[in-house]
Amino acid sequence: MRSCVLSVFLFHRGEGFSGLFLLAVASVTLNYVKEAEIKRINKELANIRSKFKGDKALDGYSKKKYVCKLLFIFLLGHDIDFGHMEAVNLLSSNRYTEKQIGYLFISVLVNSNSELIRLINNAIKNDLASRNPTFMGLALHCIASVGSREMAEAFAGEIPKVLVAGDTMDSVKQSAALCLLRLYRTSPDLVPMGDWTSRVVHLLNDQHLGVVTAATSLITTLAQKNPEEFKTSVSLAVSRLSRIVTSASTDLQDYTYYFVPAPWLSVKLLRLLQCYPPPEDPAVRGRLTECLETILNKAQEPPKSKKVQHSNAKNAVLFEAISLIIHHDSEPNLLVRACNQLGQFLQHRETNLRYLALESMCTLASSEFSHEAVKTHIETVINALKTERDVSVRQRAVDLLYAMCDRSNAPQIVAEMLSYLETADYSIREEIVLKVAILAEKYAVDYTWYVDTILNLIRIAGDYVSEEVWYRVIQIVINRDDVQGYAAKTVFEALQAPACHENLVKVGGYILGEFGNLIAGDPRSSPLIQFNLLHSKFHLCSVPTRALLLSTYIKFVNLFPEVKPTIQDVLRSDSQLRNADVELQQRAVEYLRLSTVASTDILATVLEEMPPFPERESSILAKLKKKKGPSTVTDLEDTKRERSVDVNGGPEPAPASTSAMSTPSPSADLLGLGAAPPAPAGPPPSSGGGGLLVDVFSDSASVVAPLAPGSEDNFARFVCKNNGGGLLFFNREMMCVKKWFLFLLGRMFIFYGNKTSTQFLNFTPTLICSDELQPNILGFITKPVDPTVEGGAQVQQVVNIECVSDFTEAPVLNIQFRYGGTFQNVSVQLPITLNKFFQPTEMASQDFFQRWKQLSNPQQEVQNIFKAKHPMDTEVTKAKIIGFGSALLEEVDPNPANFVGAGIIHTKTTQIGCLLRLEPNLQAQMYRLTLRTSKEAVSQRLCELLSAQF
Amino acid sequence: MIKFFLMVNKQGQTRLSKYYEHVDINKRTLLETEVIKSCLSRSNEQCSFIEYKDFKLIYRQYAALFIVVGVNDTENEMAIYEFIHNFVEVLDEYFSRVSELDVSFFNTVFHSTWQAHSSPYQTGSCSVTQAGVQRCDHGSLHPGSPGLK
Repeated sequence: MRSCVLSVFLFHRGEGFSGLFLLAVASVTLNYVKEAEIKRINKELANIRSKFKGDKALDGYSKKKYVCKLLFIFLLGHDIDFGHMEAVNLLSSNRYTEKQIGYLFISVLVNSNSELIRLINNAIKNDLASRNPTFMGLALHCIASVGSREMAEAFAGEIPKVLVAGDTMDSVKQSAALCLLRLYRTSPDLVPMGDWTSRVVHLLNDQHLGVVTAATSLITTLAQKNPEEFKTSVSLAVSRLSRIVTSASTDLQDYTYYFVPAPWLSVKLLRLLQCYPPPEDPAVRGRLTECLETILNKAQEPPKSKKVQHSNAKNAVLFEAISLIIHHDSEPNLLVRACNQLGQFLQHRETNLRYLALESMCTLASSEFSHEAVKTHIETVINALKTERDVSVRQRAVDLLYAMCDRSNAPQIVAEMLSYLETADYSIREEIVLKVAILAEKYAVDYTWYVDTILNLIRIAGDYVSEEVWYRVIQIVINRDDVQGYAAKTVFEALQAPACHENLVKVGGYILGEFGNLIAGDPRSSPLIQFNLLHSKFHLCSVPTRALLLSTYIKFVNLFPEVKPTIQDVLRSDSQLRNADVELQQRAVEYLRLSTVASTDILATVLEEMPPFPERESSILAKLKKKKGPSTVTDLEDTKRERSVDVNGGPEPAPASTSAMSTPSPSADLLGLGAAPPAPAGPPPSSGGGGLLVDVFSDSASVVAPLAPGSEDNFARFVCKNNGGGLLFFNREMMCVKKWFLFLLGRMFIFYGNKTSTQFLNFTPTLICSDELQPNILGFITKPVDPTVEGGAQVQQVVNIECVSDFTEAPVLNIQFRYGGTFQNVSVQLPITLNKFFQPTEMASQDFFQRWKQLSNPQQEVQNIFKAKHPMDTEVTKAKIIGFGSALLEEVDPNPANFVGAGIIHTKTTQIGCLLRLEPNLQAQMYRLTLRTSKEAVSQRLCELLSAQF
Repeated sequence: MIKFFLMVNKQGQTRLSKYYEHVDINKRTLLETEVIKSCLSRSNEQCSFIEYKDFKLIYRQYAALFIVVGVNDTENEMAIYEFIHNFVEVLDEYFSRVSELDVSFFNTVFHSTWQAHSSPYQTGSCSVTQAGVQRCDHGSLHPGSPGLK
């Protein structure tokens, strides 16, 4: 406590503050009794108030004293609500000290009281016009301190006049220039450009260096906005700079700082020159080059003082000169010299210098003239990375390495950055990861190196490897077939590490799923080993990764038929099929089903190798650019969005042709990067999953065929499909697909998808069975759907159908909804035909002919001879007969060209045996179809249905 | 250009602050806390420049007092760094052996000095404290690094 009091007295100088000192001392000593302080202040405030209100007019000194006390109390943190008027009165005093306290009070306690503002402005105006330099100075300071828009409105026109008036004192000019700068910064629109601008430029020639410094600040700011207007400042600035740098260390007297002539002014002049391109006038240009050379030379001279202030000031000028050299980027000689100078600083013992040198060199590296020179310092920079104790300096070193990297030194730099990454600060790891990934890709001559680098990256800093990085490595591996085998081998080896990062599992899963076959020949990486290796990581991974691994497994089913049973066992296990996570469960169910029902051909098509990605700018680069920005929509997600549109069938689908044509997209999505849930821009999982289902379970040909509601074609398409799904109907707004599992009791899953972004209201699907159909078929909808379908959403409904007796007509699904104010009504004939209730019956030749003969009653046989509508292909025909639901009996008919089938139609009331025989005549392009069943109507209906298929 | 000028002690109390760009009063407290925190966490071996959000902090420590200047990225770091020292020399010349207590207790006096002798700060660009310093006789400076004792 004593020391406080002591220092208070030590500080004591000047006069008239003794009362305040007591106050100050009181505030210290009584600090622990807050009330005492408040009491003391309140007492003082009451005293001042009474003095101000008293009858006796206060003299200037007392007024000043009390205003000053009020100001002090305010600065102690107490509110002051009076005294403004007295302060304004002080402004009109002719004594400096009184005026000064008045202005001080006004500057600190600005009040928006309009009456006072008018008075204040009036006082300021008087002082500006007073020609007394001290008063003018005080007025200008007050304007600048307040710096409000009101001040600018009142004085922005006045100050330029003061500034350029011939008879204005130097100190006032200085203040005027800075005051104008302040006003220009707050309200540039209020500062008029005019004649005065050219005269301001000439202030650069002023005798007084203070004026020059203030004017340079002002001109630099103005020139950034109006370069044309201040163009003449370039030559003046150059000549001023030249005079400073060539001056002896004592020439500038007051403006020499530790033997450096006017360092701050030099910096400002160099900054002003950076607003313009290199001067065109060769004389000016030569003079500037000379200046810059002198500055560079001086850096090499022995210091004139050992004081750190001397070298700091000198280096401040040097760094600014280098900035200008880099800005001009036109003098190779200077650029290289600058680079060498910075190179020396790289090893300087001052941390500040090393930091600044690395920072400047970063910009130097991008110049074509100095890039090579910068590269010579690579060892020093790498050393800095290893030994530097300050993280911000190391970060600069990383930046510089990134900037100086090119094809020649990329392997070295990338290796160094990787090894640094192991010990790097957490705060900069992600940035380094991105930089390494970009450099590795940009300068990869040999893509095996690239793959190694990225895998190392994941190994060292897996947590900091963002999605973009591993998406990108997969894109590159897929697009470059020369590296695929190597990539598969490397990830396989990397995965063998006992603990590997989840990102590595992702990359490994994806790459082995695509290219595992390339290394399967080696017994050490046989399909089963590959699968077991991946599956050993499965349970440690998060849901998205597990989802990806499941896709890898189904790809394995296609690549390696020998591991199919193992994979099916895995998929069948409860932990998959009954997984609590919907996505995983759905994938397991669907993949298992897919692997069971699909033929090898279909599997091969669906699970085809990924098509190359379109080449575009690396998403990592975009990420680095946007690192600080909020939006992170990456290229990859865009890609994905485009793809998912394809998958769900655009409004104008391509005409149906071969089955191969439409598969790439579904398979892309099947294994899709994008299907991993974290992608925020993807479609909602339900719709994505549903769309996937449709494609997996349908012939691709049927997906894309344009349909008309109730059209016969559409209807016929489903006749020869056993259990499956397909698109029933779609138009611009909605689509409706069915999926269908059946035996005896038909169950149809119908998905309604809203393809628009608007809601469907009053969405009501109803199942209509005609009167004729009524007794024969029982159809009912299990559960009504929600009447509102959100845009982009998909809803599911189950329809149960029971066959009571044979029937011919099909039930109709009627869908009504309101969309964007209009009422929509759509009817679709459900593809439920008699043959859906067929069960195939295998039988030997002998049995067949025996039954055939039993059904010899003319009513029981129906025969149809018709012309082939499709090419007569044996395999297709066989598939169609099987798809129709009957068993295909081989080696029954003596004529091998003929097809024979048998089956039983199950209805609730009876079972109807069915035999069929199809005799093609290739020459005539005709078929003869014979059907024998125990019921005439059934024979008739089946014959109609089947005839339409060939 | 200079965005703000702060004098903060080791306990994190702001002794003096001057803003050259409008910052809300309540945001200032937050900013000052963060600024001093990032300065205090640094050792002598680290450089005096901190990248902070979209601008740079340049700081110097004098005994228990930190002087921190916030600048935008076009400013010359070294020039500002030396400018802080120059400023301290001015204070030292004017008050002789200036200390943190002087700064905190004699705010009023400080303000007047600020106004009269450091006018250039008003615009947020350092220009001429020099004249202020050099008007005084260098010889009178006590040996060693002058500064806040």
